[in-house]
Amino acid sequence: MAEFHPKTFAFFCNWCTYTGADLAGTSRMLYPADFRVIKVPCTGRIDFEFIVKAFEQGADGVWISGCHIGDCHYNSGNYYAQRRWAIFRQELGFLGIDLRRLKFSWISAAEGRKFAVEAKEFVERITELGPYTEFHSIIPKTREAEAVTGGGN
Amino acid sequence: MVRIGVFICHCGKNIARTVDCAKVAEAASQWPGVEYAVDYKYMCSDPGQNLIKDAIKQHNLTGIVISACSPKMHEATFRKAAKSAGINPFLCECANIREHCSWVHDNMDVATPKAIDIIHMMVEKVRYNHPLDPIKVPVTKRALVVGGGISGIQAALDIADGGCEVIMVERAPSIGGHMSQLSETFPTLDCSQCILTPKMTAVKQHPNIKLMTYSEVDEVRGFVGNFTVKIRRKARYVIENMCIGCADCIAACVFKKPKFPDEFNEGLGLRKPVYIPFPQAVPQVACIDPNTCLQLTTGKCKMTCAAACPKECIDFKMVDTFEEVQVGAIILATGYKLFDPKRIPNYGYGKFDNVYTSLEIERMVSASGPTEGQVLLKNGQNPKSVAIIHCVGSRDTKTNAWCSKVCCMYSLKLAHLIKHSTGAEIFNFYIDIRTPGKSYEEFYDKVLEDNVNFIRGRAAKVVDWDLQPLEDGKLVVHAEDTLMGRRRRIPVDMVILSVGMEPQSDAGKLSHIANCSVSSEGWFLERHPKLAPVHTMTDGVYIAGACQGPKDIPECVAQASATAAQALILFSSDELTREPTIAKVDEMNCIGCFLCEKVCPFSAIEHHEIKDRNGNVIRVVSRVNEGLCQGCGPCAAICPSNCISIAGITEEQVYAQIGAV
Repeated sequence: MAEFHPKTFAFFCNWCTYTGADLAGTSRMLYPADFRVIKVPCTGRIDFEFIVKAFEQGADGVWISGCHIGDCHYNSGNYYAQRRWAIFRQELGFLGIDLRRLKFSWISAAEGRKFAVEAKEFVERITELGPYTEFHSIIPKTREAEAVTGGGN
Repeated sequence: MVRIGVFICHCGKNIARTVDCAKVAEAASQWPGVEYAVDYKYMCSDPGQNLIKDAIKQHNLTGIVISACSPKMHEATFRKAAKSAGINPFLCECANIREHCSWVHDNMDVATPKAIDIIHMMVEKVRYNHPLDPIKVPVTKRALVVGGGISGIQAALDIADGGCEVIMVERAPSIGGHMSQLSETFPTLDCSQCILTPKMTAVKQHPNIKLMTYSEVDEVRGFVGNFTVKIRRKARYVIENMCIGCADCIAACVFKKPKFPDEFNEGLGLRKPVYIPFPQAVPQVACIDPNTCLQLTTGKCKMTCAAACPKECIDFKMVDTFEEVQVGAIILATGYKLFDPKRIPNYGYGKFDNVYTSLEIERMVSASGPTEGQVLLKNGQNPKSVAIIHCVGSRDTKTNAWCSKVCCMYSLKLAHLIKHSTGAEIFNFYIDIRTPGKSYEEFYDKVLEDNVNFIRGRAAKVVDWDLQPLEDGKLVVHAEDTLMGRRRRIPVDMVILSVGMEPQSDAGKLSHIANCSVSSEGWFLERHPKLAPVHTMTDGVYIAGACQGPKDIPECVAQASATAAQALILFSSDELTREPTIAKVDEMNCIGCFLCEKVCPFSAIEHHEIKDRNGNVIRVVSRVNEGLCQGCGPCAAICPSNCISIAGITEEQVYAQIGAV
């Protein structure tokens, strides 16, 4: 069997972590390739439905990263993200989502090294956990149900 | 019908080394909606851009994805190219396959499929891109300068000379700031007052500058180019535009002798409750201190001052008034405060008579000071020996970790001045001597030749008990001389504490009012430490001088002129163009909960009333102020009815990207 490559999504804020990832690139730091980046203006923009959507689309893990507390380009966006995250994480746990598949970090635009380290940690963790079959197995049923009822929004 | 073009850049070998660009182009051309996919060596070069422009025209493309370096690098370039080819620039997206892909992977089998994914995500996103038009907002060509120290003065004069109006707000009764208190300035030793007072007068007389002293900024509303500022004019109890500064009221005050500590002289001199801060004060207008005036504290005074005033401009019934002004730019130049040496009790400030702060000595050395330029001990005699302790409240993890930058130089200057005026023996206790600046090191060399003693080591304490006859009646400075490797006791007559700079204690409050940030230490935070040192995160709000961090006078002046240049750039056009990637409310679905208003960091959410044809309000919904919104998005995330979208990163665009992998 071929080596398992997880499908994961990373939501990065435009100002810190996305730029931190750019710095890791400029500094030619190698890290695993198994995550796909979605750039958002601020972690405060992240509607946690995005995370649910990612899992629904077959993600094995989701990583959210933004500016350090106090460094938000928009002053306070990451505070809202942090507070909402604390609640939503509990909620996801309650719903039975494996919380080990979620990662939250603060990486500044200057922390290329930290970015590479965190990226490696994330991908290795999700690879070790394997495909998220528990969740994926319920998705087709949802899809079929939607097809029958004509689907929701 | 969408017709998307995909352009894959080799970036020389930078991308092509690990990404098989031809294969990527081949894969991209298969996706539904992709009309054209091509790879090329350098997309950002002129031929590359022409390739893009030609393809847009030839294939009538409705969206393009440039797969190249980070959007931070060339997004603007490619959007401009798209615009010149006749499509809306916001229909162009960049897929980052260099920084996020080719540079961080060394295996083509890994990087190529990843690049395909990254591009596919962007292709799916661009499908949902809408043409956006830049937002235009009008500009009020008037600046507000907060703080009337050297930085504020310089900024105000530059803007006013540039032909725009300036409102200067200063909370003290006179402008001038800390610089007006200094004696002579390093390294040239020119008299501080002599170089400052002409500028102060120029501010007062400039037709473009409106000066508001004894006033504070209470509230700032609005956005770049369109701020409304509420200014509190504190009750001065003297009608400012009538007072002629004759000082008859001061002579007539019921307090026959000055009794209260004089702020300008750092408490070394005394003043009356009615006073003019200092002889060169601008404006030359008296002010009554409500905390010490007999009439204002007890209501039982003969009010001889009012009777003596020839213009009848003393008004004890005066109250604080408020004035609202419209400005386009705000410059914060609120300066610093001195470290309070009582926080380091081992130096004995406040306990021993002859322990002074450096600013107190500045006043003493100043010809206009309380001792008329003489350095005197409490008993009225000249000191025979003086210790100058450096880094008090600087470079000390117990108090402030930062270097205050000016203390070494002003300590050397004071050493030089005292040496020449009294001939006293001088001991500098220093950690390092830091003299980076034009002609600063040369000044240090000159002071070394003055026979001034330098002891390398932070002074531990100052005590008044003597162990040997030599120390009798003197202050004894304990220090470790790290060059000799010995503990030393130096008996002196006078100790000068070279206190450091600290952020103003209400800098945090002002930062909230002006919607910018302060660092954890309390200094105003610049947008970028190197490339945008006078900008704040809020457009149209700039910072000048020591409110941003410790600075000497030349640096303050340079920075102030830089803020003036920024303001004048802003005022150079009648309209501002802003990025249209901002929030938009679907007013049909808004339930009027205003959770968005609570999370908005820029106060950009307004209440909008929907009325029926009779003018009755049916519903109140939120509406985004296009000038204020920065497009950060917490409003969109929190909206319970999902009716706020951020242009450029809508929900459907995020879902499209997720669905592409």
